[in-house]
Amino acid sequence: MKETKKYWKGLEQLKNSAEFQEQANKEFPEYLPINDGEDPSRRDFLKLMGFGIAAVSLAACETPVKKAIPYVKKPESVDPTLPNYYASTYVSGSDYCSVLVKTREGRPIKLEGNKLSTISGGGTTPQVEASVLSLYDQERLQDPTIDGNKASWEEIDAAISKELATANGKVTLVSNSIASPSTQASINSLVEKYGATHVSYDQVSFSGMLNAYETAFGSRMMPHHDFSKAKTIVSFGADFLGTWPNRTANNKQFASTRKLSKSKQDMSRLYSFESNLSLTGSNADYRTPIKPSQEGLYVANLYNAVASKLGAATVNVAKIEDDAVLMKAAGDLVKSKGASIVASGSNDANVQLMVIAINGLLGVYGTAIDATKAVNLRKGDDAAFASFVKGLNAGTVSGVIFYNCNPVYDHAQGAEIATGLEKAQFAISTSDRTDETSSLAKYVAPDHHFLESWNDFEPVTGFYSLSQPAIRNIFNTRQAQQSFLTWSGDNTSYYDFVRANWNTNVFAKANTVEYFNFDSFWDKCLHDGVFEAPTDAASSEYAVELPKVASAIAKAYSANNTGLELALYVNNSVGEGMQANNPWLQEMPDPITKATWDNYLTVSPKQAAEWGIELGDMSTQMVTFTANGKTADIPVLPQPGQAYNTVGLAVGYGRTNAGKVADGVGINAYQFASLANGAVSMTATSGVSAEPNGKPYQIAQTQTHQTYMGRETVIQETLLSEYKKDNQAGRHFPKIATADGPKKPYAVSLWKGHEYPNHHWGMMIDLNSCTGCGSCTIACQTENNIPVVGKAEVLNRREMHWLRIDRYYSSDSTKEDGYKAMEVAAENPEVTFQPMMCQQCNNAPCETVCPVAATTHSSEGLNQMTYNRCIGTRYCANNCPYKVRRFNWFKYHDNKQFDKNLSMNNDLGKMVLNPDVTVRARGVMEKCTFCVQRIQAGKLEAKREGVRPGDEVTSACASSCPSEALVFGDMKNPNSKISQMLKIKQNEKSVTAEEDRAYHVLEELRVMPNVWYLTKVRNKDLESKTEKAEA
Amino acid sequence: MIAESAIREPLVTGGKTVHDVTEDISGRVEEKPAKSWLLAMAISLALLAVGGYAVGRLVWDGIGMWGLNKTVGWAWDITNFVWWVGIGHAGTLISAILLLFRQRWRMSINRAAEAMTIFAVICAAMFPVLHMGRPWLGFYWALPLPNTFGSLWVNFNSPLLWDVFAISTYFSVSLVFWYIGLIPDFATIRDRATNKISAAVYGTLSFGWDGAAKTWSRYETVALVLAGLATPLVLSVHTIVSFDFATSVIPGWHTTIFPPYFVAGAIFSGFAMVLTLLIITRRVYKLEDYITIQHIELMNIVIIITGSIVGIAYITEFFIAWYSGVEAEQYAFINRATGPYWWAYASMMTCNVISPQLFWSKKIRTNIAATFVISIIVNIGMWFERFVIIVTSLHRDYIPSSWAMFYPKWADVGVYLFTFGLFFTLFFAFAKFFPVINMAEVKSIIKATGEKKKA
Repeated sequence: MKETKKYWKGLEQLKNSAEFQEQANKEFPEYLPINDGEDPSRRDFLKLMGFGIAAVSLAACETPVKKAIPYVKKPESVDPTLPNYYASTYVSGSDYCSVLVKTREGRPIKLEGNKLSTISGGGTTPQVEASVLSLYDQERLQDPTIDGNKASWEEIDAAISKELATANGKVTLVSNSIASPSTQASINSLVEKYGATHVSYDQVSFSGMLNAYETAFGSRMMPHHDFSKAKTIVSFGADFLGTWPNRTANNKQFASTRKLSKSKQDMSRLYSFESNLSLTGSNADYRTPIKPSQEGLYVANLYNAVASKLGAATVNVAKIEDDAVLMKAAGDLVKSKGASIVASGSNDANVQLMVIAINGLLGVYGTAIDATKAVNLRKGDDAAFASFVKGLNAGTVSGVIFYNCNPVYDHAQGAEIATGLEKAQFAISTSDRTDETSSLAKYVAPDHHFLESWNDFEPVTGFYSLSQPAIRNIFNTRQAQQSFLTWSGDNTSYYDFVRANWNTNVFAKANTVEYFNFDSFWDKCLHDGVFEAPTDAASSEYAVELPKVASAIAKAYSANNTGLELALYVNNSVGEGMQANNPWLQEMPDPITKATWDNYLTVSPKQAAEWGIELGDMSTQMVTFTANGKTADIPVLPQPGQAYNTVGLAVGYGRTNAGKVADGVGINAYQFASLANGAVSMTATSGVSAEPNGKPYQIAQTQTHQTYMGRETVIQETLLSEYKKDNQAGRHFPKIATADGPKKPYAVSLWKGHEYPNHHWGMMIDLNSCTGCGSCTIACQTENNIPVVGKAEVLNRREMHWLRIDRYYSSDSTKEDGYKAMEVAAENPEVTFQPMMCQQCNNAPCETVCPVAATTHSSEGLNQMTYNRCIGTRYCANNCPYKVRRFNWFKYHDNKQFDKNLSMNNDLGKMVLNPDVTVRARGVMEKCTFCVQRIQAGKLEAKREGVRPGDEVTSACASSCPSEALVFGDMKNPNSKISQMLKIKQNEKSVTAEEDRAYHVLEELRVMPNVWYLTKVRNKDLESKTEKAEA
Repeated sequence: MIAESAIREPLVTGGKTVHDVTEDISGRVEEKPAKSWLLAMAISLALLAVGGYAVGRLVWDGIGMWGLNKTVGWAWDITNFVWWVGIGHAGTLISAILLLFRQRWRMSINRAAEAMTIFAVICAAMFPVLHMGRPWLGFYWALPLPNTFGSLWVNFNSPLLWDVFAISTYFSVSLVFWYIGLIPDFATIRDRATNKISAAVYGTLSFGWDGAAKTWSRYETVALVLAGLATPLVLSVHTIVSFDFATSVIPGWHTTIFPPYFVAGAIFSGFAMVLTLLIITRRVYKLEDYITIQHIELMNIVIIITGSIVGIAYITEFFIAWYSGVEAEQYAFINRATGPYWWAYASMMTCNVISPQLFWSKKIRTNIAATFVISIIVNIGMWFERFVIIVTSLHRDYIPSSWAMFYPKWADVGVYLFTFGLFFTLFFAFAKFFPVINMAEVKSIIKATGEKKKA
């Protein structure tokens, strides 16, 4: 009998329904809800957990985790891989900036400008960007010290309290300008308790200006300038774009007057009279090199010119012979009366009084200059400081407290302070390191870094901001204000102190309707970082005794001093030298000279030639330089635009006790500053000499070719009058010859092009509002973990900056004179700054030549670099017409040879690295990525919110730009700022900008970059060009 | 057998018999190394060791050991690469093209020329690997190999990849061609061997050659087939090498004239190098009867022709730069001649364009000393040609802010010396252990031309 017995697996099989048949062949007939369903079941949870444990243990077998510290209790709001932002305030010496601190897993890694602050304007400076690395400087003091030996806070507090009590009445507290009301209050309590005196100074003194305003307006202050309200600006050595306090705002305001569009066809005009070519001077429409000894006369002559035009009384001073530009400036000032600013960088109160008189005549007070709002960032008093130094040397000061200042290094009387300190019984310093001053102090009570501190600021009267710690103090340091409170016997914490201070003083100014109580007010201020109180109406009452001022000027200045003169200056990289141990700043090219890791005498090329010195390929010679009775060997850098018979020298270098990065770099220029009439003078008009001594020297510059060789495909510029006639003025339209006649380069192609289905990222750079400050360079370095390579490698021309600012001087020669002549910059050149980074070409020459496809095009218009795939043939860099690719010639991380690259060579320094960006290995190519990590983060955030990413997605450079010259965005999004500004038109596979000023650098190559430049427009009159030609 | 006119100058002089040929050539392999050879070999090995240190430091520390920078990404590395590849051109040209054209004078020089080709290509191939930032990965990532990186493929658009194919093909074909030619001669040495070691070594090397008519027939067929294969390679290799530059966007590189100009330059330098080496070998091994003045003269004529082609190419480039109206292009060429590297350009013009013109004089082109000096000058000039093309084009291209100078460092020199050490070590080893003249082929020409002996 045939076997017919059948076994069923279940009733379903017996029924054999359609549903059963459908699922019969599936391994898991039931729906598996893993990671998909709304409500995961317990079983799924166990499965996933099981898998997770297995995977984690397997992964752990392969890669041992070193030094990872897990959160035992995860802090609220700290999520691994997600950044947090805290509003805070940057402070260094007398400098200030309202910032947002980006922290990752509790580590501050980047500072961004606080866009809510109208005072700092949302931009940053290179020093602000770089300061986050100073937080992780291993050479900061790690404990308080007594006589150089480690001590505990209890020991040092006891010792100091005893010392202070003994020296009662003979204690001086020295600081830089203090813009913090609570800090001032804590100092006051110390001052009151011990009958101490408090003197402050600024590295570059504004004492003259402050005193002048005291004389004229009755209050000692620097008034708030609003450059956005100025149509004509005349600067006498006032580097308001490069070194003035609060320069982020100055840049923003100035740039806003330089932007042009269909609706705004006019711009401001800037005149500059100065000795050294400063950042401000290089942005001037008319620049006249003058000697320091002439400055007062120029100001007085301008006064006379303005006064005679306005029918006011003139003063009696020698007349300037060649005064065409001065007269023109006077004419413009009067024309834009009420919207004109005259500013001077002089520390001579008489010159400043004359400037006040001009501004007063022009009716500027109450409009562009607000004399009721003081800029509290400069309060130093030279006279008070000089008497302190005198007292110190006379032995009448028994104790000195140096609050975060280093006058032995950065004050003209540094040497006298050093010797005077020997006579004092004790000195206390709150410095963060054993610097030139604190090394002479008995007690060092190191202060927190500002990113570890609570604090408040009032940078401008009525404008407040807060500082909050973004990380617990790394070392055993204590906030200096806390120390002051402790020493004065007050046990409140500084945090409570600040809060109490705000409760009584600031909250009163707030609109109480808006805030429920003080706590809500405090929370809001802490969140925003800033609070702006309504201020009083501006006053314009002033009094200047002109004849007295004029006679003082006539005595002090002369039109024809024949000797060599010195003008010290602050450069925009190392600045005043507080952060000299920061390698990012040391390697940042000076915006003007493009030199790194050095200071040098800037000398007019004519004079250098007379001295027999020529700048070779970064090779030059030293001179034996004497000024203020001090002599040193200093290298010479021929600098176009330098007034003949003057030399410039940057302060901030020549540190001896700052750390391994700064020590021995350059020479200390503060020693050449001198006291003149009770004010510190950064210039010397006599006793200056320079003797060429033939010693060879190399200055590491990142750019050695100064002119753009008349290449209109690189720089396109025009004059305002031409622009007004035709918005396309200055544009260059290359044509390609084809069989069908000349065609636009973009009409000719072998390539099919790429498709951009969703986004197409682009950047717009306005050459007209870029002031060349260099914040973007350091912002990029911070954001993208860019290594520092050191002077020797910069000399080898291997700096790694992804974003550089090309600085071009004009040349008097044209093609007819030959290429050699075009290489020579004009004696007093026009300057153009051109930020240059990867142009993210849509038809990129680098992409086709890589043998291993390590650099490819993304569907969002980015030219991507895959470091892991790169084998380092450098073919891409060779074929890059913009020369923006950077190669890892050596291993820059964990390598003793590059130990100055602090962010990659010690465990502490590495904390600053951005975890979203790979640290590149030796032998691979790298370049600007358009901050792809920020784009990805922005896209993820937008996706989570279910919206299209908008203008909040921006690159580090664009975000840092104080003048908003860099605009980043999605060109596929018609509402984005970039699409609007460039008037982007979408084609199938490309985008075109209909903005008349927009151009691509090297358009003729048809590489189709995603970076657009707007032409540079100078507000110069046409005839001046012909005049120059005649001359 | 080829009928030869009685009045034609004999290709082998001195009335050599077949036996003389075997004795003259095999004798060199069989005798004890001469002191001069030992000295030469010692110097080569010393060079190799010194250069090896430079190579070691380069690979250990990074490409920064060279003088390259952000603007000039290639300099001595690719200059040396192109220079050695160029030198490697003569061998195949002599063996393949002259074989097809039945130029029988090539028979006494082709063996050495081919050996030189192979060694030069080995030296050249060092640079594409050593110039990489990560050679430990690059040496195989540059090949289209199956992989586990998600099947990541090479970029077929890249001329560097074409180089990989061109050089490897050229090297393999040249090597096979050279080796096939060596087999009958190895067999001769094997048959004459008096000790077991050389019998075994040369026996292995000769692949069991039996000298049968059928074997000879196959040998000739293979030679002809390989000659046919190698001929297009002579043109293709340097054409493709020139694409590295010609397909780029850099002014001074982006030039359609490059392929013919590079090929002519390669033959030019290759012949010069063959002359340099043969003049020495001929003297040391007393091969004046095999490598005669006639050979030298003929090669000098090739040098005049190719040198003139190269000269015309230089001038054409200038003309086209002017004619194109492209500013960067015009500047690039003016800068070459008058910029900071004018001395390199001047050296190139003197060595490559002027010096070979001396060979129009019969007196000079039949003078051995003069030929020797000029052959070295030509190779110096050809090195400068590549240096001029690579460095002066890169150092000042489009954006003036990035213009920079290139200064070589000791490792640039060291790695170049390394390839010299390698080349001469290989060449001297070849000259001692391999028959430097193709005995089998030369024997075919002495029958017709060695009649004098009887007279």
